[in-house]
Amino acid sequence: MKVENITKEDITEFLYKEAYILDDWNLKEWASLFTDDGTYKIPPLGRPNADPKEAIFFVHDDRERLQHRAERLLKKEAHVEYPHSTTVRNYHNIMVENLGSEIITVRCNFTTYRTKREVIDTFVGYNVYNIIPINSELWIKNKKVVLKHDSLRPHGKISLIL
Amino acid sequence: MNSYIFDDKVNNEFLVNRTVFTDREVLARERAEIFSKCWLFIGHESEVPEKGDYKRKKVGGRNLILVRSHDNEIRALYNTCPHRGALIARENEGNSRVFRCFYHAWSFKNDGCLVGMPGNDAYPEDFNNDGSKNMKAVNRFESYQGFLFVNFDDNAISLNEYLAGAKEYLDLIADQSESGMEVLGGVQEYSVRANWKLLTENSADLYHGLPTHKTYFDIKQEQDPDLKKVGLFGYGKDLGNGHGVVEYRAPWGRPIAQWTPIWDENLKKDMERMKERLIEKFGEERASRIADWNRNIVIFPNLVINDIMAITARTFYPTSPGYLESYGYSLAPKDENMVHRLARNNNFLEFLGPGGFATPDDNEALELCQEAYNNNLEVQWNDVSRGMKRDAEDIEGTDELQMRSFWREFDRRIQESMRKGASKV
Repeated sequence: MKVENITKEDITEFLYKEAYILDDWNLKEWASLFTDDGTYKIPPLGRPNADPKEAIFFVHDDRERLQHRAERLLKKEAHVEYPHSTTVRNYHNIMVENLGSEIITVRCNFTTYRTKREVIDTFVGYNVYNIIPINSELWIKNKKVVLKHDSLRPHGKISLIL
Repeated sequence: MNSYIFDDKVNNEFLVNRTVFTDREVLARERAEIFSKCWLFIGHESEVPEKGDYKRKKVGGRNLILVRSHDNEIRALYNTCPHRGALIARENEGNSRVFRCFYHAWSFKNDGCLVGMPGNDAYPEDFNNDGSKNMKAVNRFESYQGFLFVNFDDNAISLNEYLAGAKEYLDLIADQSESGMEVLGGVQEYSVRANWKLLTENSADLYHGLPTHKTYFDIKQEQDPDLKKVGLFGYGKDLGNGHGVVEYRAPWGRPIAQWTPIWDENLKKDMERMKERLIEKFGEERASRIADWNRNIVIFPNLVINDIMAITARTFYPTSPGYLESYGYSLAPKDENMVHRLARNNNFLEFLGPGGFATPDDNEALELCQEAYNNNLEVQWNDVSRGMKRDAEDIEGTDELQMRSFWREFDRRIQESMRKGASKV
């Protein structure tokens, strides 16, 4: 895949693939979508551009911690996700910028449903990705999840990878 | 029922009746006798540093505004219009000289005093001479080491007296900074589908640490090759008035001068300097206590301050027996350098908060307790006896002594209310 040949459809397919990987609980495969310097972040509610030194993020993972996150959730002792919850991730309103350049920026809305013990929780918001093509494959360099909730109620937690 | 606890000091058995987690009448009594009479945490003075700064707060089920008024006094105002009741401040935070109710456009200074309304010729000349049309402030509003508390009972004892032995532990936090502590942005607002007292118990419970948080300690062990065996060693203490603490050593780094291998060598040198400064100021023993020891503090009824791999204050309130709303704060020294601050914040969110590697598992444990209390008719009692058979000097951190001090105070207050027959059900 040459940088100049990448289409919006390639990007969309890649994002859908990510969503299915997560819904299928293939979390190590999810971590492997990231570059070696990849990051995964969820800033505080209502402060999408917060500085991690001045505000507490929900998630502020470098590549090492996102690997830990993925591997932890697969363990039986990650009690909150054992047995695994059932999830559905929908991505929509996908906007792709900078096609043809080294770093492709994507913004898309998401709706993620989590079901456990007969309770469904819904997470809504948008994702911002920096995606880079290397060796004819697409990689996630950064993923930022911006939640559009007033509070984490009634969910109480972000135990999933969003 | 005579009592919600069974406290047998001869045979060393301590039981809590599970109806306290499910019964609506218990909740009504808690609202009347605990949340309307105890000192409740509203926030920290650093949240409103400038005149006019305000933040909306929900405390004890009330809608309040924490504001630094034009006279530089911090107040807690009830967020309701004295005219016909509408919520006045609708933004969560801001800076304003006046609060204005949009319904009929009554305006108030930021100390709550009424300054105007449209068509005031329709009211008598002495209207509001008695101040009854001002926004009402919570009468009892006191602070300790920057922690702000309200009490809805005008006859309550002073905060200072109420805090009793807990003050020593707030001092140990204050001593971590020469410029004062501040609350960081992004107060985490979340919930648990469980009774609020389960979170009080859980927050100072070392016994659950290793089984519930095994995945977190596995990661710590992987990061620190010198860490052979993970343990949490210390002791629990009754601090009076229902407050309690566990103080202990743990295998994680503390941003106040206990380094860990995930941090770089520069940070190590920084922390050695910090430790030296602490020793200079407080002597070897207190410096070690500040830097190397962790504390999970429960201030009755619903404030938990964990001075652990970072400092969090968390307060919560029940909207029903099986559902609590929680607010999680992060505190840090005001003068902390930014490299250090980032290490602290990463330490915080790795373990704590709704996206951490530990807090969601606590949440799950509490929800499973709540769900299983469906069996209360047949299986009636929780056991909170752990360590009761030990002499005071042999108490271990994983014992349940600090929980028993909570439950004794809880039961005392509820029993008193039942004797009076007082109920606001």
